[in-house]
Amino acid sequence: MDIKLENLLVEQTDFSLRADLVIKHGTTAIIGPSGGGKSTLLLAIAGFVDLSGGDISIGDEVVTNTPPAQRPVTLLFQENNLFPHMTVFQNTGLGVRPDLKLSKAQIDQVADALDKVGLADMGTRHPSELSGGQRQRVALARALLRDRPVLMLDEPFAALGPALRHEMLDLVARIRQEQGSTLLLVTHNPDDALRIAEHTVLIADGVAMEPQPTAALLNNPPPALAAYLGK
Amino acid sequence: MAIRPKQITTFTRWSGLAALLFVALLVAGPLLALWARADTSATLTGSDWAAIKFTLFQATLSAIISVVLAIPVARALARRSFRGRGALVTLLGAPFLLPVIVAIFGLLAIWGRSGLVSQILLSFGLERLNIYGLSGVLLAHVFFNLPLVTRLILQGWGRIPVEHFRLSAQLGMSPKDVFLRLELPMLRSILPGAFLLVFLLCVTSFAVALTLGGGPKATTIELAIYQALRFEFALGKAATLGLIQFAICAIIAFWSLRVTVPVAFGDGLSAVTQRWDVSSRWLLWQDRLVLIAVTGFLGAPLVAVVVRGLPALTNLPPAIWPAMLNSLTVALFSAALSVLLALALAGFIDSLKVRHQKMSSIVEGVGLLTLAASPFVLGTGLFIIIHPIADPFALALPVTALVNAAISLPLALRALLPALQHNRLTYGRLADSLNIRGWSRFRLTTWPAIRKPLGFSTGLAAALSMGDLGVITLFAPPDVETLPLVMYRLMGAYRMDEAASVALILVTLTLTLFWIFDRGGRLGHQT
Repeated sequence: MDIKLENLLVEQTDFSLRADLVIKHGTTAIIGPSGGGKSTLLLAIAGFVDLSGGDISIGDEVVTNTPPAQRPVTLLFQENNLFPHMTVFQNTGLGVRPDLKLSKAQIDQVADALDKVGLADMGTRHPSELSGGQRQRVALARALLRDRPVLMLDEPFAALGPALRHEMLDLVARIRQEQGSTLLLVTHNPDDALRIAEHTVLIADGVAMEPQPTAALLNNPPPALAAYLGK
Repeated sequence: MAIRPKQITTFTRWSGLAALLFVALLVAGPLLALWARADTSATLTGSDWAAIKFTLFQATLSAIISVVLAIPVARALARRSFRGRGALVTLLGAPFLLPVIVAIFGLLAIWGRSGLVSQILLSFGLERLNIYGLSGVLLAHVFFNLPLVTRLILQGWGRIPVEHFRLSAQLGMSPKDVFLRLELPMLRSILPGAFLLVFLLCVTSFAVALTLGGGPKATTIELAIYQALRFEFALGKAATLGLIQFAICAIIAFWSLRVTVPVAFGDGLSAVTQRWDVSSRWLLWQDRLVLIAVTGFLGAPLVAVVVRGLPALTNLPPAIWPAMLNSLTVALFSAALSVLLALALAGFIDSLKVRHQKMSSIVEGVGLLTLAASPFVLGTGLFIIIHPIADPFALALPVTALVNAAISLPLALRALLPALQHNRLTYGRLADSLNIRGWSRFRLTTWPAIRKPLGFSTGLAAALSMGDLGVITLFAPPDVETLPLVMYRLMGAYRMDEAASVALILVTLTLTLFWIFDRGGRLGHQT
């Protein structure tokens, strides 16, 4: 599904973000200096910040005033994606039913999802017993179950080492392909963008620019990106 | 590659040990005196048992009511942002600083026999209220502790990560699910500690029992001690009761070590997390009603104090001036002593933490010991010690200041220790590597880190001492008074207008003292 941002404006006390662009189906990275508005863009699409102006449509539907739960979107945060007092299985199961009254078939579904992210035997553990990478895998398993057309990740692997990060990115790419979803990934690492994203949106100084082919953008960066990359 | 931790400096060690010895003696001395003097041969009489039962009963009820009512108030504050929210949160902090006798005056002006509510009831042809006894004690305790618990729970709400609320919104959780999955686990971690804290405060709240309790049905242990000392001069009986009171407090304090007792004055009160599960009209009105009710409940007595006090200001009783001087002297002296002790102890505890974790915990335990020994028990013990060697009544003010300092010590320690520890963990190595030591280390790295909690603790200690109506009642001869004592005596004589004027002056001075110190700690503060 395409995501269309028309004259989007978010204003907060000391910060504003403008965006007027279309994100095509496929994988798009969002890159730019910290505090520039990368996370805010995802929060706006997911319905977590109030807009001062403009419209957001996902597919053919205008979702500007749709509550978060009804948007065709799953957003993974950088941290705190899991409830600490619930097991891995319960945390994943929330993706099927938020009241966790699961039928036999749904229980199997949850087990399947955990299997796909490589946590088949971890269902009874609590988040505190998992590594950072494993925790994000649980959140990915839940995203799998929710099966929304748009999957958005807000620097979800920033705290992981390079090898683990690549492994996770590949897992995400696989999930995306399987589900045919639109993937948006905020990252501060150009390698991540190159690895999985065809297109990249640069956000700097409170403005989001039209998506560009990733390799072309990184090889021939505009001044704001060049300053950020140190080129 | 062993990193040699910072050595404990001689000054830190000796000042710490001196403070430790002082506090240990201040607590152990009176307890030993009680032990020696206690009348173990005599069995407890029926009225003694009644006092014990009433103490536990009213404290249990007070704690249950305060905690149960605080939940909806905190929830409303946590999920609604509105104009005046900041003011309401500040109002929630007021009862803790408010002199107890002033609060009781305000409560009587609303709920008393000739109070506002009684007037309204009369005009409908109904009976006046009578709040003396259990109901009055409960009312006052809820007035003091409902806001305290509300602030504790509000902090708990603030600590739920914003992502969790976003997550629940994205997953489409109902308000009930959000309560079960997010809020209930938080409440479960906070409520036991909050309950014990309120219970302890209600077991040791002498002034409330003195003014609103009494009689065979509503006498607490502390009130029984007071009567034994002041009216019957039965030192043995007072000592026995003092030991029982200490045992109860010690058990609760020990118990509360096992659950985390939340810190009453932390940050995290100002944040309102945006929520997506609470927009229904029914929930909105529910929150509005709760907030209006609590504002009225807490605000009305305060307004009453001002309204009744202002016109009476022209007619101040002459006793107020020497009492004011006494109160200020006692408050400033006890605040200074309290924070000096806390500083010495905190520095010592913190430096012990590097190498002697266990020792450090023990020292910290001694610092918090005064929490277990109620001020009244310490006072009783000191009375018994002083009695054979000097006239206790002549020492009323110094003893009051001393006991007040001991009581504020745990609060100051709790505020200072985390700041010191944080400072050491974040900048300790940097200061070591730059070889900043001794006085310049304190001035350059420690002082900026602790001035905020230090100012706050000093203000708190001064305010609490200013409003104290506990130990002073045991010791004070008729001609020595502090402002709370003047008020108490005026109220006892039904001279309500004069009491109102003293109340207004007392509360103004108390809040000003707190404000000056707290403000002083923040002035020019970075971060």
